[in-house]
Amino acid sequence: MEKHWLVRPKTVRLLWIIMIVILTVTVLLQLGAHVHGEFHVDETFGFNAWYGLGTCAVMVVGAKVLGAIIKRKDTYYD
Amino acid sequence: MISALPPGLILIAGAGLIPFVGEGTRKALSLILPIVALALIWSVGPDAGVAWTASFMGYDVAPVSYTPTGVLFATVFGIMAFGGALFAMRSAARSEMAAAYLYAGSALGVVLAGDLITVFVFWEIMAIGSTMVVWNGASDAARRAGMRYALIHFFGGVVLMIGLIGHISETGSVTFEAMQADSWARWLILGGFLINAGAWPISSWIPDAYPEASPTGMVFLSAFTTKTAVFVLLVGFPGTQALIYVGLFMVFYGIIYALLENDMRRILAYSIVNQVGFMVTAIGIGTELALNGAASHAFAHIIYKGLLLMSAGSVLYMTGKRKCTDLGGLFQSMPITATCGIIGALAISAFPLTSGFVSKSMISQSAADQHMFWVWMLLTAASAGVFLHAGIKFPWFVFFQKDSGLRPPDPPRTMRAAMIFFAALCLLIGIFPQPLYALLPFPVEFVPYTGAHVVAQLQLLLFAGLAFFLLLPLMKRTLTVSLDVDWLYRRLAPAIVRWISRDLHELTDGVFGGTRAQLTAIVDSVAHYHGPTSLLARTLPTGQTIFWVLVILAAFLVFNFS
Repeated sequence: MEKHWLVRPKTVRLLWIIMIVILTVTVLLQLGAHVHGEFHVDETFGFNAWYGLGTCAVMVVGAKVLGAIIKRKDTYYD
Repeated sequence: MISALPPGLILIAGAGLIPFVGEGTRKALSLILPIVALALIWSVGPDAGVAWTASFMGYDVAPVSYTPTGVLFATVFGIMAFGGALFAMRSAARSEMAAAYLYAGSALGVVLAGDLITVFVFWEIMAIGSTMVVWNGASDAARRAGMRYALIHFFGGVVLMIGLIGHISETGSVTFEAMQADSWARWLILGGFLINAGAWPISSWIPDAYPEASPTGMVFLSAFTTKTAVFVLLVGFPGTQALIYVGLFMVFYGIIYALLENDMRRILAYSIVNQVGFMVTAIGIGTELALNGAASHAFAHIIYKGLLLMSAGSVLYMTGKRKCTDLGGLFQSMPITATCGIIGALAISAFPLTSGFVSKSMISQSAADQHMFWVWMLLTAASAGVFLHAGIKFPWFVFFQKDSGLRPPDPPRTMRAAMIFFAALCLLIGIFPQPLYALLPFPVEFVPYTGAHVVAQLQLLLFAGLAFFLLLPLMKRTLTVSLDVDWLYRRLAPAIVRWISRDLHELTDGVFGGTRAQLTAIVDSVAHYHGPTSLLARTLPTGQTIFWVLVILAAFLVFNFS
């Protein structure tokens, strides 16, 4: 069965390229939109980009570590 | 006066009628009744104040009271009842619809109550209605989860009742108004409210019970209990600082557990805790902007979470599967369900042009305005985390990731219509927020769409998305559940009881065994003489009777003459 066009490797590669372009543009847009923050850190260039990326990485790794302790087979309570 | 009629009673009356009418009438009633209730609410209006007073056990109660906050919640509850009924029309059991309307009607009763006694009465009816919705999952797992759910909520009800009795005896007033958590009674009231909000540590009832309901039942369940709790917290305890910490814990608890979860509806259940956490935090901050943020976020959340659960419910209804490990690639055959699910996912993530953006940003801004640096930092991180655990994870693992080979079509027409209706609402509120802002309890000066704000939010969310795809290997789905606080009463407590029972085995055997032996001996003895065929129950022949009477008479004569 032929794969749907959206999941073909060529399309996936193209989607990655588009995503990287959009990510770059959202960071560069900050040059044009003056960010008025309440705290100093939120006015720095690309703050939300690195903060979003970094905190999500911490949450994923944190969940993974916690999962090693609290995960059980899904028949545990049966 | 029509204004004195409790709008909730319209739905509760419908719950009484639905089991006894024909199918056509049932469908018509289930759609018309929420519209009638909404028409009543808006014909009276948010500024009407107390519409009905009465005397109950010596207290002046106000069973119907219209306030801007109450009408906001009542409006979205009415919309939810209508959308939920449309979604459920095709497949829900008659008993589920009746339970759902008892549940929705009592939730309306709480948000339009002017006194604590009325709040409590409807609060408990809500617990009964929602338990019945869970039980309509019609499986053994649903029956057991429903029982645990009922026990938690009746426990919460007892905590609330003790608090209310203490508060009323202290103050002499039953009026439902802002309180300070400054006495044991009011702490108990706060605790009772928080149990229904799903605050940790009593939060696991949400992912335990809700996903066991039917595909349509969980849509109703997602809307009323936790948001009614948000309402009572908003009215009763605004600005209570402890709620900031409780809310922030809920926010991250929801994210982490949802990241670990494999069941799509449990992911969304943990996500309810996460979203309610934002609202509880805002209530703790307590400024006008924060309370507006909590109220508007509750409004937006009911609709986008209802939409997400309709999307998940459609998948469950059409495939019979709910584990991410069994799903994937469904966008190919369920385009409407996938599109609506993605719109719900974008709304919960607060993407610009969706409802979540215009509501959640008020909460973050309120923390910034109060110079609460760490609260703001945590809320911002949590906003990114929402996109991670619900915004991408749910649609990715259900509709994309691997090809599961499943090719179910979109669900029936009424289910599709309900999803499209709610998806449209998510976008309309996001694009035109003013009608929602006009309903909020305080005047709104907040402007969501500034260039800086939109850019900041896009950066945050898109880079959270990048983190998801970069770390995808760490999020491989496994056939697992995650231990939660409910382990204490599902595993530890029964184990302790079994352990104690084993040590007491001989004693109990002696007591119960001995007692049983003694009782058996007594019963046997009675049966021996008085049983149906026993000596003393036997009917003697007449001749024998006369003979024995003569013997007794002779003995009597002999003894009298001697």
